Amino acid sequence: MIDFTVVDLARMQFAATALYHFLFVPLTLGLSFMMAIMESVYVMTGRSIWRRMTLFWGTLFGINFAMGVATGIVMEFQFGMNWSYYSHYVGDVFGAPLAIEGLMAFFLEATFIGLFFFGWDRLSKVGHLIVTWLTAFGANFSALWILVANGWMQNPVGARFNPDTMRMEVADFAEVIFNPVAQAKFVHTVSAGYTTGAMFVMAISAFYLLRGRHVDLAKRSMAVAASFGLASALSVVVLGDESGYVATEHQKMKIAAMEAMWETEPAPAGLTLFALPGKDGNSFEVKIPWVLGLITTRSLNTEVPGIRPLVEHAETRIRSGMQAAADLDAIKADPKNQAAREAFAANWKDLGYGLLLKRYRDDVENATPEQIRQAALDTVPDVAVLFWSFRIMVAMGLYMIGFFGLALILSTLHRLRQTPAFLKVAFFSLPVPWIAIESGWIVAEYGRQPWAIEGVLPTFYAASSLSVTDLAISLGFFVTLYTALLAVMVYLMVKTIKAGPASYALIEGIQGSSRIPDAAAAHPSR
Amino acid sequence: MTQLPLDYETLRLVWWLLLGVLLIGFAVMDGFDLGIGALLPFAARTDEERRTLINLVGPTWEGNQVWLILGGGAIFAAWPALYAVSFSGFYLAMITILLALILRPVGFKFRGKIADPRWRAVWDWALFIGGFVPALIFGVAVGNVLLGVPFGLDGTLRPFYTGSFFGLLRPFALLSGLISVAMLVAHGAAVIALRTEGAVAERAATYGRLAAMAAFVLFALAGLWVAFLLPGYVVTSAQDAFGPSNPLSKTVTLADGGWLSNYAAHPWMIAAPVLGLGGSILATLTIGRAGLLALASTTLAITGIIATAGLSLFPFLLPSSLNPSVSLTVWDASSSHMTLFIMLVSTVIFLPLILAYTTWVYRVMRGPVTPASIGRNPNAY
Repeated sequence: MIDFTVVDLARMQFAATALYHFLFVPLTLGLSFMMAIMESVYVMTGRSIWRRMTLFWGTLFGINFAMGVATGIVMEFQFGMNWSYYSHYVGDVFGAPLAIEGLMAFFLEATFIGLFFFGWDRLSKVGHLIVTWLTAFGANFSALWILVANGWMQNPVGARFNPDTMRMEVADFAEVIFNPVAQAKFVHTVSAGYTTGAMFVMAISAFYLLRGRHVDLAKRSMAVAASFGLASALSVVVLGDESGYVATEHQKMKIAAMEAMWETEPAPAGLTLFALPGKDGNSFEVKIPWVLGLITTRSLNTEVPGIRPLVEHAETRIRSGMQAAADLDAIKADPKNQAAREAFAANWKDLGYGLLLKRYRDDVENATPEQIRQAALDTVPDVAVLFWSFRIMVAMGLYMIGFFGLALILSTLHRLRQTPAFLKVAFFSLPVPWIAIESGWIVAEYGRQPWAIEGVLPTFYAASSLSVTDLAISLGFFVTLYTALLAVMVYLMVKTIKAGPASYALIEGIQGSSRIPDAAAAHPSR
Repeated sequence: MTQLPLDYETLRLVWWLLLGVLLIGFAVMDGFDLGIGALLPFAARTDEERRTLINLVGPTWEGNQVWLILGGGAIFAAWPALYAVSFSGFYLAMITILLALILRPVGFKFRGKIADPRWRAVWDWALFIGGFVPALIFGVAVGNVLLGVPFGLDGTLRPFYTGSFFGLLRPFALLSGLISVAMLVAHGAAVIALRTEGAVAERAATYGRLAAMAAFVLFALAGLWVAFLLPGYVVTSAQDAFGPSNPLSKTVTLADGGWLSNYAAHPWMIAAPVLGLGGSILATLTIGRAGLLALASTTLAITGIIATAGLSLFPFLLPSSLNPSVSLTVWDASSSHMTLFIMLVSTVIFLPLILAYTTWVYRVMRGPVTPASIGRNPNAY
């Protein structure tokens, strides 16, 4: 039987490592593009201030990137370590985009990032600029393939179950790549990353302007960040709406839980602005009529189903899944049983729902009506957590649109330095994108529960057969080490920011043939 | 199903070869970073010397490490059963490797940011752990594969495991671990001797020649062990090379000298151990004396040693000591025909590109690494 302490610890570990990793990745995505933009301006105008900006933001980028790599190593291996049945069950489909990510994207990014830092005096201006762009593209291609893999967990298209190998196998790889959920998630996630990079640059530049230090660098950085940030923040929200639309088609339960909508409402459904969701209903709610229906269905007469009717629907699928499990057993007992194969081919899509019963008994085909009911109720994620995470994310997204809009206006009017109130707001807005991003991760992944693969493989069934001790040891070590390293990283970033970009001024002209051997004297590490 | 240009058996064989290519690629490319990490506190004594070594690997180690990441991803995609069973089975060993590897990126990046000697000493030892521990445990893991791993599969192909972390530390496995450390240290030393100058290069070369000698002796010892003491696994039923990937439909037994049966059947395979031994000997003679030749020798030694393990095991990927008949083999642990084909197409497109731009980066970064060359770069570690 499955040990639920092991499952819970494995989930906590995955959540902890993913949330840590996701502190660094978005900044890498955003900052790499902004560095490439700054260096492009340098190459086009030849004005050294722009190269100094690239070097300065590059130093912070490097500190962040090291943490991204350190936390990313674990992500690649913990599917096999903590989720071995998952790896067996879907590796045929899910492994491919991960491997292609390595081949196409991470190799590119990781190979050129070294040259970004070490190639300044060995490459021509244009050569180095190309390296910077390749690093940025590598990071973004990386996000593409990871989100193809993640999108498949949300909407497992292009695959079918093979009873001879007891796992999901690729039927149509093009469907896996062009999965609408994956595409929507990709653009939403990279835009969120660009917004994060922009906010990071804004907040640190605001700090300099408030202190009257490094004004040239800070003003220009803010101009870049304001326009890049506004475009990105707008696209996060617009494309986030697209992901809502796509989710309505494929993850109805997630939408219903995000909205704490227990019953199906007559179309177009209202958007719940505020509610106190409990275990089986809301004790209080404020609704805006029509809005939810418009966002999620883009029509006035399509219904958005509520949680309770979806539970009823899950119950039907569980019953069908019990039959699929029985047919699968018949195939296992006699691989030549054609009748069982045909019956299974007709209802294999409900096998995952049948597996939900594994929580209660091994012989799922004999489940009692109470167990079926209980398994159907298990398909409801934690409504209160989803409802609030979603609202926090949206509020932060809308705030950032306003923020970057104002920033762009002030920057264009050259009024930034005359508006210290705005600079203070900018400085204190630093955590905002991270709050939005981590909330978004919770909506997307916690909202997928109880499924590891939506409708195909329940999370609890996907875990490895490990001991509680194994997981306690690994979870303890990871969290301790990551937290310690995070503290060191923040300390080094603050130190670098306080020291400022001044030290780079002395090493102008290192590029090309004009080498200055004694520039080392200016280097902070000597 | 649509007709694919290559049949299932061929694709399985190709992916077995590619698995070898990726593991050898990792050991050759990231292997010298690990070896240099393991040598760091010993070959380099002063801060300037340590900075020389760190900046020697600094520009390229991140790209090199992707060989490991890609290796993991490719095993996931092409051999999902192997990925599932081995990574969960070797759980605490994997955790130890990961914790050690986590120290590397931050060690390289953070060490130079503060000049305090105590701060730097902490990161020097972190980098040592990040090099030595993975080199050792990867070797121990390969040794355990040859010994057989206590895992089973139930009727739904769910893996379970009856071993423990300390159960991995059997004498033959520890011997394999030492071979791995010796060969990677020799490889790292060959790179240091080629790319740096002065006392640090000389010290590294001395350690490197010793390590290459040790690799030779230990590898020969392991060969004798396999020939006379260690039973191998043999498939005793017919296996359909075109059949579905299900490890439950064959029988396997143990046989004395079983790991040598491939060499009897295909004498050309003896080239692999000969390469391993010959490369180690040549490295003993050349490290610190003939730079490029020494690096070629350690590369050949690594290739030969890893190929020996793979060829001895064939067709096994992961034998089970608990229930030999559920052992994973090339014919019953792969992805579907379609996935192997898609992954092969991706590899054929991207691997040559990777090799091309990696070569270019090494060309740009060529030349000796000295305190003067480090001083020119504001981003040096």
